[in-house]
Amino acid sequence: MATTACFIIVSRNEIPIYEAEVGSAVKREDAAQLHQFILHAALDIVQDLAWTTSAMFLKAIDRFNDLVVSVYVTAGHTRFMLLHDSRNDDGIKSFFQEVHELYIKILLNPLYLPGSRITSSHFDTKVRALARKYL
Amino acid sequence: MIGVGKIKQYSNVLDKPLSKGKQEVSLSAFAFLFSELVQYNQTQVDNIAELERRLEDAGYAVGARVLELLCHRDKGNRRETRLLGILSFVHSTVWKVLFGKVADSLEKGTEHEDEYMISEKELLVNRFISIPKDMGTFNCGAFVAGIVRGVLDSAGFPAVVTAHFVPVEGQQRPRTTILIKFAEEVLRREARLG
Repeated sequence: MATTACFIIVSRNEIPIYEAEVGSAVKREDAAQLHQFILHAALDIVQDLAWTTSAMFLKAIDRFNDLVVSVYVTAGHTRFMLLHDSRNDDGIKSFFQEVHELYIKILLNPLYLPGSRITSSHFDTKVRALARKYL
Repeated sequence: MIGVGKIKQYSNVLDKPLSKGKQEVSLSAFAFLFSELVQYNQTQVDNIAELERRLEDAGYAVGARVLELLCHRDKGNRRETRLLGILSFVHSTVWKVLFGKVADSLEKGTEHEDEYMISEKELLVNRFISIPKDMGTFNCGAFVAGIVRGVLDSAGFPAVVTAHFVPVEGQQRPRTTILIKFAEEVLRREARLG
């Protein structure tokens, strides 16, 4: 089943530190920019919502046509945002939790500056594998 | 060869499980490392304020990571959104993991609304350090103040955190107080959240 999905990690200071198109559908030319635009627009909503709950998984917070934005906020206010068209809440939650563990391992590296871009290709491979598994 | 067990070789740290880690670290190893850290920074700066700032920055990096790791490991992925919540998190969980015991006390400042103090009879990092008279009010607890600032800042509660010696009668060594002064926006948000 072909799905469109765009995954972005945004740091505390609103700077994207990782992005990946993880859907299995065929990509249109302008799809990538549109996806990023939608995700950035949803950032404001996340800001307010994050302070109202102590849970990390914020479920679906915004819609655009048939695409849904789901967000997961970590303790350090790093946001994992997923733009997708499926309704698989549990799969998405597990995906976020696994990526969260990977993110913590990257963060524990004393030479990694928190808030800077994640450039590890191994991290990229693992995220894509997780996306194929859960989404 | 006798006794060679089959150890799983991990090619990358991302594949290793995020374990609970060793619960105990050698105190002498830490004291040695910390003293080297202070001595190294001493050679790089020419005044005390700069030295304190460098120790604080070193602690800040630790604090940011400790927050994420502990929230994931010990708190089952619950974030702290309230002021008292994050303060008691620092006072108990962070202190327990870093120093093996909860902090001695957590008090609210009487003069200002935005000040809180965490006190400790003897900070672990200061145990083997004595300050010469000509360094005045310098406190190596600036490292711990940096850790607290890292935790609070990453959690969305920006604050100015400093470490002070407070003399106590009846005790030879003064106790250390970590003074936390929160920024305006934190108090405004707290009031808004009710």
